Amino acid sequence: MSRRFALSLAVVTMGLLASSTTTLSQAPEKPGARLETPPPPFSEGIFPCSVCHGEMPPNRVRRQLTDMHTDIVLKHDEQHRWCLDCHDADNRDFLHLANGDRVPFEESYRVCGQCHGEKYRDWQAGVHGRRTGEWNGHKSYLLCPHCHNPHQPRFKALAPKPAPKPPMRPGH
Amino acid sequence: MENRTKTPAAVSRRQFASCTAAAAAGFLMTACGPQRLYEVPRARLRTVIDEMEREYSAKYGKHVTVGDTPPMEGVLFAQALDISRCVGCRRCVYACVAENNQSRDPQIHWIRVLSMDKERGVDFTDADAYYNPETVPEEGRFYVPVACQHCRNAPCTKVCPTGATWIEPDGIVVIDYDWCIGCRCCMAACPYGARHFNWGEPSVPVEEINTSTHYLGNRPRKKGVVEKCTFCIQRVRNGRYPACVEACPVGARKFGNLLDPESEIRYIIEHKRVLILKEELNTMPKFFYFYGT
Repeated sequence: MSRRFALSLAVVTMGLLASSTTTLSQAPEKPGARLETPPPPFSEGIFPCSVCHGEMPPNRVRRQLTDMHTDIVLKHDEQHRWCLDCHDADNRDFLHLANGDRVPFEESYRVCGQCHGEKYRDWQAGVHGRRTGEWNGHKSYLLCPHCHNPHQPRFKALAPKPAPKPPMRPGH
Repeated sequence: MENRTKTPAAVSRRQFASCTAAAAAGFLMTACGPQRLYEVPRARLRTVIDEMEREYSAKYGKHVTVGDTPPMEGVLFAQALDISRCVGCRRCVYACVAENNQSRDPQIHWIRVLSMDKERGVDFTDADAYYNPETVPEEGRFYVPVACQHCRNAPCTKVCPTGATWIEPDGIVVIDYDWCIGCRCCMAACPYGARHFNWGEPSVPVEEINTSTHYLGNRPRKKGVVEKCTFCIQRVRNGRYPACVEACPVGARKFGNLLDPESEIRYIIEHKRVLILKEELNTMPKFFYFYGT
């Protein structure tokens, strides 16, 4: 009886050892386990916003901006929203969700994901958008604004690279 | 009549001796002479590859490395391409040319981007590879880039008379450029037009040569051999993404391990509308097209 017990104990310990070595040798992380992104693509000298806005009392009236930020043309559901629907009025260095929660610019995907939930899900799985890194190792995500201008998210048309040369026909 | 079937034909001493000698010579030649790269033992592979490195380094006047990274255990490579995102900009085509040392003149492109009519859907009879508008995407068109589909049931590997092309254990269909005799049977067999023939001596400018190569992939080719996409074997066997995947400006290309349930490829197959080209031919491609939206 004791012999059988010892045998089974040995088998179990061997199994444990084997499983621990296999987990060690496997890839350290699964895709999507870590959301590492490069810093947000701010225009030069624009951030932190509180440098200018810090002293300014917020004007919450929806209006056409005339003094500053006139270069920003909103083409992103512009009938229904304006600056303060995404930018936080009380702390300008943050964005905010629909429920009022502040979100740093580094996590802007949470703001975008409120409406574009399906894209957000795909992006987290690495299927929407570009990823860099290694297919079996560490991967890095890009934030939504790295590819889409948040004020005009639609991609601009590109000039294509040259077409291939058609095959040559004899006599031409 | 009966006599002839019962008694074996008389073999003269001279016939026997010459047959034995021929058999021995044949054995020696196959055992010691040149071999297909897939049957070269790994110990000898290194010397074969060193020879390649010397040859290419001398030809281009700079150090060309030829890698021999073997396939990984439990990995089956696959790529997926989002047809709803591809804008047909051909960035992938030229990234592939630069990475894989494709001939500039005569021109060889492993990837062909086909422009198709949205109303007709995926229809090869209506596809145009030579579209050249000012900007893409064009109104009413969508784009299907086509390169080697890395079929699991690859017709090209079956027709090769010399065994110069085969499927590696990680699913990459490769070519041994030294055993290819240029008969182009594989090109006739491939239903995707993915294989390309070096009609002339390939030309790659010395300053543009990619010196990081693999013996089954982007090492320099010569006139009269067939070549095609290898999923960037020199990159992917070392964990990197293929050049086309990294180059795509809209992130339409996805790459990964088909056997890993956590991979992006598996997510796509399980969650998206996926299609393969010419499914009715039962080639079982490992290149999937999907609609991301």
